Order: sequence, then C-alpha cells, then structure tokens
Amino acid sequence: MSASYERGINAFMEVIDAPVASFFSSCVHCGLCAESCLFYTETGDPQYAPIHKLEPLRRTWQQEYTLLGRLAKLAGLAKPVTDEELAAWSPLVYDSCSMCGRCSMVCPVGNDITMMIRKMREGMAAAGHAPEGLVTATARSITSGSPAGVKWVTVQAQIKRMQAQFGIEIPVNKEGADYLVLMSSWEILNYPEYLGAVGRIFAKAGATWTLADDAYEATNSGIQIGASDLARQLVGRIVAAAERLKVKCVISPECGHAYTAIRWEGPNLMGRAFGFEVKHILEVLDDLRRAGRLKLKGSIDKPLTYHDPCQISRRGGVHEQPRTLLNQIAPQFREMNDGGTMNWCCGGGGGVSANERAEALRTIAFKRKKAQIEELGVDTVVTACANCRVVIEEALEHYHMDIEMLGLTELVAEHLDEEGI
Amino acid sequence: MSALELLTWARGSGLALALGLCLFGIILRLFEILSLGRKTDLAPARTVTPGSGWRTLLSRSLPPPGMLSRAPLTYVGGYVFHIGIAIAVFFFVPHIELIRGLLGFGWRGLPNLFVDIASIAAILAMLAVLAGRLTDPVKRFLSGKGDWLAWGLTFLPLATGYAAFHHLAENYTLLLALHILSVELLLVVLPFSKLFHVVGLFLARWYNGEIAGRKGVAS
Repeated sequence: MSASYERGINAFMEVIDAPVASFFSSCVHCGLCAESCLFYTETGDPQYAPIHKLEPLRRTWQQEYTLLGRLAKLAGLAKPVTDEELAAWSPLVYDSCSMCGRCSMVCPVGNDITMMIRKMREGMAAAGHAPEGLVTATARSITSGSPAGVKWVTVQAQIKRMQAQFGIEIPVNKEGADYLVLMSSWEILNYPEYLGAVGRIFAKAGATWTLADDAYEATNSGIQIGASDLARQLVGRIVAAAERLKVKCVISPECGHAYTAIRWEGPNLMGRAFGFEVKHILEVLDDLRRAGRLKLKGSIDKPLTYHDPCQISRRGGVHEQPRTLLNQIAPQFREMNDGGTMNWCCGGGGGVSANERAEALRTIAFKRKKAQIEELGVDTVVTACANCRVVIEEALEHYHMDIEMLGLTELVAEHLDEEGI
Repeated sequence: MSALELLTWARGSGLALALGLCLFGIILRLFEILSLGRKTDLAPARTVTPGSGWRTLLSRSLPPPGMLSRAPLTYVGGYVFHIGIAIAVFFFVPHIELIRGLLGFGWRGLPNLFVDIASIAAILAMLAVLAGRLTDPVKRFLSGKGDWLAWGLTFLPLATGYAAFHHLAENYTLLLALHILSVELLLVVLPFSKLFHVVGLFLARWYNGEIAGRKGVAS
C-alpha cells in the first residue's frame, strides 16, 4: 500500500495507547527534556525540545481520544494536523532524534518521549514523510536482506578472511548450535574482526555457534524508519533461521538498534514469544566469564573510556557487563561524566547516521561527545555498537581528534588467556 | 448578591458543585486514558521487577545526575512552589477544619507563621518560574494558552488566600469568597487542563518505570 496522509493519521491513531495518553496528559512544558537532548544542548534551538517533536501526534490524541478535543473538533475549533505539517515535522522526528532515550530518563512527570517518537515514526513513514536515506535503506533491506545491500557472498569472503587470519572455523547453517551469531552491515563491511573475535572466544570457551546464510544481518531499518510491517519481515528472517537451526540463543551483534529490534521489539512484532533466548554479545561474554569459560589475561596499558551505546545501555539494560569486562583488562579505564544509563548519544543512532539530510546537524550534536572525551584526556574509546563506532570515527576525523576507537568484543578476544580453561 | 451571600454560596453549593465536577472530570479523564489499554509486552523481561513502576513514582521527584545544574530554576522553583502550596493547602488550620467538615476527619495543623512563610515562598517561587517561562527560550517556545492558564489558576488561590489571611483588603468577606471561588475554579478546570498532571503523573511515571524496569534499567 502506498504512503498517504490518511494512512499516516490512521497509524497515529493506532499507536496511541494508555501510556501515550497518560504521557500527553501529564506534560507541563517544563522544558527539562530539552536540557537532556544533545540536539538542543549543542544548537540552542528550542524546536529541538523533544516534546515539541511530538506535537502532531499530541494533537491527534487530543482531537481523537479526549472528550473536549472531540467536541472542539466537531465545533471546528481544533487545529487539524495537515500533511504539510507532517512534512515540516519530518526533520524533527528523524534528523534531530536518535531515539537515545535520555529525555525519557529526565522527564519529571515520567513521559517516555522516546517511545512516543518511535510510535510517531510509524505515522510519518505511512504518510510518506520518512527521509530518503532511510527509505532507500529499508527498501534494500527487504530486497537484499541488508540496508547496505550486503549479500551473502560478501559475508563468505569475510568468513574466509577471518578463518585465514585467525585460524578458526566459522560454522555456517550448523543445526543444534548453542548460538546463532548475527552481524550488522558495518561489521560485515568495516569491522569483520568482530566475526574473528567471536570465533576465537567461542573456540576458547567451547561454545557451539553458527552463522545462517539467510539471516546474517541484524540491522533493522524497519525499526528506525517506523514501519512495523517491514521490521516484522526482517525479524521474521532471523526467527525462521533460529528455529530452523534449533539454536538456543540468538546473539545480537555490537549494534544498538539491532538489539532493540530483535530483543525487545522482536516478539511483539512477531506476535509471539520466541522459543530461544536473545542476548547481546556483551551479555553472552559476561555469561561465559561468570561460568568460568572466559578467562582473560594481560592489560591495556593506557587510559581509555567506554561509550555506552544508548540502545544497549539506557534502552537495553546492558550497562554492568561492559564495565565488568573492561575492569579485567583495562586498569586505566575511566568513566565518562554522565556515563552508564545517562550517557550522551553519539548523535547517529535511530537512523540518523543513515539519513544524509541530518549530516550537518549530527556533526554539531557530536560536540557533546567530543567534550565528554576531551575532559577525560584519553586517547582510546571503546564501545559495543558498530554504528556508534562509525559515527564517532567520522566525527573524530571531522574535528581532527586523534582518538582510537575499539570494539569491546575484539578487545576481549585480544586478551584471551590462551592457557586458561 | 452581597459579599456574605457570595461567601455562603461559595462555601456551600459552590464548593459541592466544584468538587463534584472535579471528581467527575478526573474519572472521565482516567477513563479516556485507561480505556485505550496497551498490548501485553511479549518480550521476556530481563528480570522480574514488579516494583520498578512504583519506584519511579518516587524517584522522578529527584533530578537525575547532572540535571540540577542545567536547570536550577526549574527544579528549585518547582520544589519550593509545590511544597509551599502543599503546606498552605494541607497544614493551614482553617483548611484542615474545612476538610474535617467534609470528610469527618482531619489532622494537626502547622503554626500560622510557618504556613505564612511557606505561602510567601510559594508565591515568590511561582513568580520566579513565571519569569523563567517568559525568558527561557525553550519554555517560551513550548508555552501555549494552557500553560499560562494553569499558572494563573494556581496563582489566584495562593494570592487571594494570602491577601485574605493578612486582611489586605477592607472587605474581608468578599476577599474570602473570592479565595474560595478561585479554588473552585481551579478544581473545575483541573481535569481538563495542564493541571491534570497532578493525577496523570502517577500513571506516566508508573508506565515509564515499568517499561524501563523490564529492560533492567532503573529509570
């Protein structure tokens, strides 16, 4: 079905539920959400106040789901939400929100603004007001299985490379394995060492794992653009592969939104609970550590910090595991100010990095992360999201900052105790 | 209608009407919200934390790390005027006597001097947050008629109550009547305005805490 204004408004009406109604009923325009949003703090532009980004959705709620609002609409006193207005709101909803969730942690009345942005995007996409970059990425995901158009042959080439580089076996379509490993496009294209790291760690830990040739990509553009039907298709491929291969656990890669897509939205998109677990790679590593199957040795002799990917930490609950792992191998690990669940976003999550229209704004928003890194005086930043890593690397280049970016899984693999276990 | 007749109506039929409309409005608004329902979350919770929603009900009253310094006026002004109003409403002896008359029970009040200080603090804090709303770029940008109305409806009972207590006008009876009428206006408008946050925030905070708690995040 093609996008239209009517479909957009209908989608707005469908996503409004009791929590959304309670949130809109409670906002007092205190402005604190703006103070928590890097798109406001780094620009000073009030239009980036998170609650303002929801105005068309709020008016739809008011006019459709409150008695006074309906009466005002009947009397012609309510200002209708127009298609032009939705078009004008597109940059606010997609370019200046990475769905990082910081505003949802700060709102004094308790509004989960990020959850409402996610819902609002359903209507924006249905109305045809999603940005071109995300529309293209989503279309590619559906046709080729990957938003970046990565095909299985590319993965195969990386498998061969990693097998040769590390002398490990990378199983494919292995039935009955403990883990089904997924990757993000960035990991396949930019950081295949992630795959090598997983292979080395699992070989050492004695864990069985596999890739699936029909479900290797974890990135879910459907979530970012706000198209649940497409998000369902993408998650469905992973679920089908996991069930076909009878794995016990699906591992979300170092990618924030992929984790949200499969772990938290996945069962809801599919309309059923899964018969397998879904974990982020850091959760799996920490599980193995606690079980005594992952022993680390050596240490990195330089100060470093950890950038919490929003969807993994604040919106995903994986904030202790990376610290436990880092504390074992990095004695000079330093916490950023506002680290953990209150960390500041890199500025490129939620599809912002795939949205060319948002590039200039994203670069400005990065100043917050830049300040966080600079005040620590470290030369190395570790993270657990390939998208954060790419966004930060690009921004560091832009700001001429000589900082090294590392993936935590790779770092763990480099510190495996070869004599342990 | 004389000032005395107005006061008598405000204390009797007016108050009953206002309380009835307020109660009806709150029930209607709660029905509007809760009848929308929400889907069961099929994603298994990281840990079963039945208390997370309730915890957030309390924890959201405190500024998250780093926020107080970013918006001191919003937090301090907000605390002072909310607490000041609560003291004036619930610990001024004549108010407690009114509640005792309506509900059949009451509690000990605070000395008038203490209530007076709390009221002055609340009035000053409300003026400060109004100045903040007028000058802060974000608040000014976000503010609409509803926000100004909510401020006015909250300030009126406070100002008239203070004026009546200190006999700042010759016609005390009229001043008292206006004070009670301003409270009644606030009660009637509360469910259908920004003032509804006094009820809605309990739902909003609970939902927020429950959603985050399922993921293993203390929000």
